[in-house]
Amino acid sequence: MKQAPYLQIDGVEKTFTRGDTSNHVLADINVGIDNGEFVSIIGHSGCGKSTLLNIIAGLTPATSGGVLLDNKEVNEPGPDRAVVFQNHSLLPWLTVYENVRMAVDKVFRATKSRAERHDWTMHKLDLVHMAHAKDRRPAEISGGMKQRVGIARALAMEPKILLLDEPFGALDALTRAHLQDSVMQIHATLKNTMIMITHDVDEAVLLSDRIIMMTNGPAATIGEILEVALPRPRKRLELVTNTTYIKAREAVLKFLYERHAFVEAA
Amino acid sequence: MPDASTTTPAAAVVTLTPPRSVNRRAVLRSKLVSTASVVVPPVLTLTLILLVWEILCSGPGATLPAPSQVWRDSSDLILDPFFVAGSQDIGLGWRVLTSLQRVAIGFGLAALVGIAVGTLVGQSTWAMRGLDPIFQVLRTVPPLAWLPISLAAFRDANPSAIFVIFITAIWPILINTSVGIRNIPQDYRNVAAVLRLNQIEFFWKIMLPSAAPYIFTGLRIGVGLAWLAIVAAEMLTGGVGIGFFIWDAWNSSKLSDIIVALVYIGFIGFVLDRLIAGLATIVTRGTAAN
Repeated sequence: MKQAPYLQIDGVEKTFTRGDTSNHVLADINVGIDNGEFVSIIGHSGCGKSTLLNIIAGLTPATSGGVLLDNKEVNEPGPDRAVVFQNHSLLPWLTVYENVRMAVDKVFRATKSRAERHDWTMHKLDLVHMAHAKDRRPAEISGGMKQRVGIARALAMEPKILLLDEPFGALDALTRAHLQDSVMQIHATLKNTMIMITHDVDEAVLLSDRIIMMTNGPAATIGEILEVALPRPRKRLELVTNTTYIKAREAVLKFLYERHAFVEAA
Repeated sequence: MPDASTTTPAAAVVTLTPPRSVNRRAVLRSKLVSTASVVVPPVLTLTLILLVWEILCSGPGATLPAPSQVWRDSSDLILDPFFVAGSQDIGLGWRVLTSLQRVAIGFGLAALVGIAVGTLVGQSTWAMRGLDPIFQVLRTVPPLAWLPISLAAFRDANPSAIFVIFITAIWPILINTSVGIRNIPQDYRNVAAVLRLNQIEFFWKIMLPSAAPYIFTGLRIGVGLAWLAIVAAEMLTGGVGIGFFIWDAWNSSKLSDIIVALVYIGFIGFVLDRLIAGLATIVTRGTAAN
């Protein structure tokens, strides 16, 4: 018998109710994710991707159904499910170092000494190549750098699972490619479980082991799950002509634009 | 591929010599020019205003003293702010310090209570629904309207004046704090939730720094109002203080003294404002707009 997956999403439904109007966003989401897997969630905007991520993070409660991480039910946010937010969410009054250190201090106050916490913070900043800017404030660094610090802060919590909410959506194409390489490198080094929301097909295929494709809302659900059987480490340039890559890319595009084309809200 | 040395380059390389280090005199001159561009315009306008004032008030029928007259009558007040020549005959510096002391106590209390209650109102929807309408009505009451009530309650001039400062300064602090707390971005709350910050950590690490720019705006408006109110309150309560000095000078027809006192009040108000603004820059580490 196959053992239970690391992260189990079981019959998750979400309905937002405000006054008399209720909005059925997610319907019957069932999926299991293994330890060390990199999974992308892709879908048109408004299909409830972010809501699903927030439910996994514990920031939004599910209307029914539940999420199990490592056999424990998720019902509140916590550092074992660190989130990299779309707009970085760094605290502007703290330096890069202090932003990461705040998370480190909170999570490891009891288990690490002051010096160990400093080393841990610097190590995570090194991992995202941001140690050189540790004394700068978020307003003084570029968008890509902010997102790197956001990733460092999330990694510093040593989460069981890393949730990335459209982490590169606000970045230009070159910076984005650079950060994707960084994320692949981190995933290869730390071998941690990552779930990423994206609406970039290339990004999804390049980074993921599996791609979860969502149908359009209302009552969006998982339409299809695509395995990307590409060996790692993956090289951006070599993949351009790789048939598996091209096939996977085609499959996602067909799903998004043929079978589940975005319908303008009538 | 052709050998690089045999082909003619597509373009000639132009070497640019770095500019020689500028000499000290030029640096000094540019500094002088930039200082002058800041200092000269206000000095010019001031001279112009004094000149116009002098011309307008030097005629035989003038009701107000001209600047030259003010200087002749009250140069002792301008030149020596800290003389003591009797219990009621003291320099303007001492009077200003007495007034500032009252402002410090009243404003300090207003800041403490305003930030505390503002945080409560910003955090709790029920506190806001209950208190906000009352605050919105009370804050429109003019400072001096509170004076008779506080005189009746405290039966002494000094605490009454302090209370008037308190009740005048508290509203902008309270309302700005509550708006600042309510405007904490959801992102920061999410970060706090993921990190599982407790209430106290959330207050010190997210709430206060995030609302600090709003709070300091409130404090700046508050200190300005407090300084406005103290002068008016002292005119009525008497005793030592810059406000009473003006009233006293009016009663003894020393118009020149009043004009000197006005300049003092304006200058101190300006300094107070800059002081709070400077404090804001230090505390918010430059993230607050100035």
